[in-house]
Amino acid sequence: MLAFMIRRLLQSILVMFVVALIAFLLFRFVGDPVNQMVGIETSVEEREALRERLGLNDPVLTQFVRFIAGAAQFEFGISYQFKRPVAQMISERFPATLELSIMSAIFALLVGIPMGVYTGLKRDAWLSKIFLTVSLVGISLPTFLIGILLIFLFAVQLQVLPSFGRGEVVKLGFWSTGLLTTSGLKALILPSITLGLFQMTLIMRLVRSEMLEVMRTDFIKFARARGLSRRAINFGHALKNTMIPVLTITGLQLGTVIAFAIITETVFSWPGMGLLFLQAVQNVDIPIMAAYLMLIGFLFVLINLIVDLLYVMVDPRIRVDSKQAL
Amino acid sequence: MSETPLTPRAGEQNALLRFLDSDILYSFRQSKLTMLAAAVTASYFLIALFSPWIAPQNPFDLAGLNLLDSLTPPSWHPDGVPEFPLGTDDQGRDMLSAIMYGSRISLAVGFASVAFAATLGISLGLISGYVGGAVDTVIMRIADIQLTFPSILIALLIDGTVSGLLPSVAREDTAFWVLTFSIGLSFWVQYARTVRSSVLVEKDREYVQAARLIGLKPLTIMARHVLPNVLGPVLVIATINLALAVITEATLSFLGVGIPVTQPSLGTLIRIGNNFLFSGEWWITIFPGVALAILVLSVNLLGDWLRDALNPKLR
Amino acid sequence: MSAPILSVKNLVVEFPTRRGILTAVDEISFDIAAGEVLGVVGESGAGKSLTGAAIIGLLEPPGRVAGGEIVFDGRRIDNLSEEQLRSVRGSRIAMIFQDPLTSLNPLYRIGEQLIETILTHIDMSPSDARKRAISLLDEVGIPAPETRIDAYPHQFSGGMRQRVVIALALAGEPDLVIADEPTTALDVSVQAQIIQLLKRLCHERGMAIMLITHDMGVIAETADRVAVLYAGRIAEVGTTRELVHNPQHPYTSGLMSSIPSMDGDSDRLVQIPGSMPRLTAIPDGCAFHPRCSRSLERCHLERPDEFTVNQSRVACWLYDKDAPHD
Repeated sequence: MLAFMIRRLLQSILVMFVVALIAFLLFRFVGDPVNQMVGIETSVEEREALRERLGLNDPVLTQFVRFIAGAAQFEFGISYQFKRPVAQMISERFPATLELSIMSAIFALLVGIPMGVYTGLKRDAWLSKIFLTVSLVGISLPTFLIGILLIFLFAVQLQVLPSFGRGEVVKLGFWSTGLLTTSGLKALILPSITLGLFQMTLIMRLVRSEMLEVMRTDFIKFARARGLSRRAINFGHALKNTMIPVLTITGLQLGTVIAFAIITETVFSWPGMGLLFLQAVQNVDIPIMAAYLMLIGFLFVLINLIVDLLYVMVDPRIRVDSKQAL
Repeated sequence: MSETPLTPRAGEQNALLRFLDSDILYSFRQSKLTMLAAAVTASYFLIALFSPWIAPQNPFDLAGLNLLDSLTPPSWHPDGVPEFPLGTDDQGRDMLSAIMYGSRISLAVGFASVAFAATLGISLGLISGYVGGAVDTVIMRIADIQLTFPSILIALLIDGTVSGLLPSVAREDTAFWVLTFSIGLSFWVQYARTVRSSVLVEKDREYVQAARLIGLKPLTIMARHVLPNVLGPVLVIATINLALAVITEATLSFLGVGIPVTQPSLGTLIRIGNNFLFSGEWWITIFPGVALAILVLSVNLLGDWLRDALNPKLR
Repeated sequence: MSAPILSVKNLVVEFPTRRGILTAVDEISFDIAAGEVLGVVGESGAGKSLTGAAIIGLLEPPGRVAGGEIVFDGRRIDNLSEEQLRSVRGSRIAMIFQDPLTSLNPLYRIGEQLIETILTHIDMSPSDARKRAISLLDEVGIPAPETRIDAYPHQFSGGMRQRVVIALALAGEPDLVIADEPTTALDVSVQAQIIQLLKRLCHERGMAIMLITHDMGVIAETADRVAVLYAGRIAEVGTTRELVHNPQHPYTSGLMSSIPSMDGDSDRLVQIPGSMPRLTAIPDGCAFHPRCSRSLERCHLERPDEFTVNQSRVACWLYDKDAPHD
C-alpha cells in the first residue's frame, strides 16, 4: 500500500509540474508582463529597470524555479486589470465557490444515488423510464441553459428565489459563509441545482449501470441461491459493490464541479473564483489565469489522492494485498 | 480470426458489413425514439445547410432590419404578428431566422472541431501505438493529464491563450477557427486511446510482419487495417462528441469568449437574450435555448443508441 | 428406491428471441432420491445448467419454464412466487456454481457472508451463528476456521474458496444441493478433494446432490445414478455402474469410449464424428441421428420414445421391441 501511495504521489507531482509549466509559459510568454504593468509614458530605461527588477532577464529556468517557489507560497503577483495581489483576490472569492460546489455535490449524491438504485433494480418500471428520460434531458441541457431556465421559472415568473448573488453572508474569520442566513441559503438553491444537475444525472446513470452489472455477477446469483432476502442482496451485496466506481467518479467529478462553477457563477453573478477567472480570460489577465490554473490543478490532484485513499479503505483486496506485499 | 490474415479489402468489407448488420438496423427500427431523434437531427442538418435559402430573413443584413419591428413577441401573443412567428429581438431581427442561421454556425463549429479532434486523435493514436517507447509514453501521459481536467476548462484556457496571442483586431474574424481549435484540442484523447489499443492488438499480427518483410510500409498497412476496426467506436465517440462540441461552443459563446455577436451562434443568441429575460422579452433567450436543447438531445439519443447497438454487451 | 426428494417431469425451458423461440431444455424427466448423488452429463449447451437453474428458480430472463413440473418433497415448486421460492432456496435446495473465484462477494469477510446466510434461515443469536459458521468451515475442511472466518475471499486459494462456497451452501441445512460444474474451474489436484468432500457430506448429512458436469470421470467416481443429456433432451438415465459398463444409447456408448480408460486400453479411444447441433438447428426426429452410426429410417422422422432396458431408461428407437424388423 505504501508503494501504491508513493506511486500515486509521484504521478500527482508530475501532473502538478506540467500544470505549473503551462501556467509559467502563459505567464511569461503570453503578452509582455512589463507592458501590462506600466503606462504608455514609461521610458525605455524605466521599462528595462523594471524588467531587471522583476527578473525577466534571468535565464528562463531560473525564472521557472522562482515561479514555482512563488506558487508554493501562493504568490502569483499583481493582477494586470485590478492592480491588486492575485492571491488576495482569489482567497476572497474561494469560500463562495467552495460552498457552491459542495452544496451541489451533496445535492447530486443525495438525489442521484437513490434514483440510480431504483432504475437499476426496476429496469422496466414506468418511473425508471421517466427518470432515464429526465436524465438524458439533464445531460443534453448545457449548464448555463439550465440556470437560465431556473431563473426564468423561479425568479422571473414565480419570484420566490433570488437570481443573483450570495444573499447575506456572515464573516467567520477569513471565511465568508452564506450558510448561516436565510437569504444566503435561499441564494444557494438555484445555483446548486444548476451546477449539480449534470453530476446528478451522471451519478444516477453510473449507479444504474453498475447495479445492472453487479446484479449479473455470480456472487449475486449465489446470494440469491442461498435464499437471502431481496433487501440484503440489493442493499447489502449489490450497492456496496457499486460504491467503488461511484466513489471514484464522484470524487473526480468534484473537480469538474469546481471548473463548471465558472459557468454557474456567470449565470448567477455568483462572486466566486470562476467568475474572476472568466473575467481574466476575457481581459487576458494572465496572473489570475495562471493562479487559477495552479489552484484548480492542485485541487484536482488533491481530490485524486483522497479518492485513491478512500478506494483503498472500501476495497479490502487492495488493502490486504499490499499489506502482504510489504 | 487469428489464423486468417485478412486482406485489407476483406477488413473494410467486414467493417461495412458489421455496421450494416441486420442487428443494428433491427434495433434502429425497434426504437421509435431513435427514429425520431434521427429525423430531428437530419432536419437540423438540412436547415443548417440551407438556411440562407429557406430562412424568411437574412438576420445579418442590417439593411433588411427595421428597428420598428424590434421586440415583437411570438405570433400567438396578442401583440405578435404572423410575419415573425417566434418574435424579434431588440434589433428587429426575426428570431426564427436567427435560430436557423445560429444552428448553422453551431453545427459548423461542432463538425469542424469533431473532425479536427478525430484527425488529431486518430493520428496520435496510430503513432503512439505503432512507434511505442518514449513517444508513446509522452503522448499517453499528456492524454492522462488532459483527461484529469474537464474539456470545457481546457477549451476555455486554450481560447483565452490564443486570443491573448492574437492582436485584438483579429479576434472577431478568427473567432470561429480559434473556437474550433480549442474545442477540437480538448477532445482528441478518446480517439487516440481507442486507436492506440487497436493498434497494439494488430501490431503483432502476421500480416504486419509479412508486410514488413516484403518492404511495405507497415504503418500504411496497419492504418488500412486498424481504421476499419475502430470505425464503430470512433463513430460513437464522434456522435457523442458532436453533441458535446455544440454544448461547449454554446457555453463558450454564452460566456462571451466564443462566437461574436456579428455572426451569432445559438449560444451567442442565448447570451444576447439573457439581458432581456427580466424585462419580459423571454422569447429572445428561451427559443434559441429550446432549439439548442432539442438539437443536443437528438444527437445524444442517436449516440446512445449507436453505442448500445455496436456494443450489445452493455445493454 | 425410496420416494424421490425431487421429481422433474417433462420440463421445458425456452428462450424467446427475435428469431423465434429456442427450446433449450425439451421435455426432460428424472428423479433424485433422498441422499442420492445424481450425475447430469452432457456437452456444453446440452441444457444441464439450465435444468439446475430452473429447479431453483434462477433462470436468467428471458429464459423461462414453459412446461412440465418440478416437484420437491411432494410440493410443486415451479409455479411458486419469488417470495415463496426464497423459503425453499438455501434451506431446502442449495446451489453451487462453477467458479469459486466469482461466487463470493469480494467486499465481505467470509464469516459475514456465512453468518448472514445462517441467520436468514435459522433463528439463533449472532454469536451462536458465528459458532455454527466456524463448525461449518471446519466441516468442509478449512484449517484453523476460528481465524480464517475473518478473512476476505481473495485471501483463499481456489480450492479453499470452493470449500467456503460449499459451507455457504450448507448453511441453511438443505436436503438437495445442485452442484453446477463444481470442479471445472479448479486445478486437477484440487478437483478430487472437492469431489471427496461432496461425497462425504452427502453420506454424513443424508443430503441429495445433483452433480452437473461434463466430466465422465467425476461422474463415475461420485454418482449413484446418471442422466445423459443431449441437445436439451434426455438420452439415457440409469445407474452409474450400468451406464459405464453397459451403455445402451449410441450417444452414451460414444461418450464412454471417448474416455481414456484407466487400464490403458487406449486403442479403443473413439471420437463421435460431428458435433452437437445448435439450438437453432436441431434436426427432426432424434437429435442425435446425424452423428449416429446405427440410425434407422424412423430416427430421421420421429422423436424416439423412452424404453426401459435392463435398469436404464433409453430414448432410442433401437430398443423398440414392437417395431417391425426387416
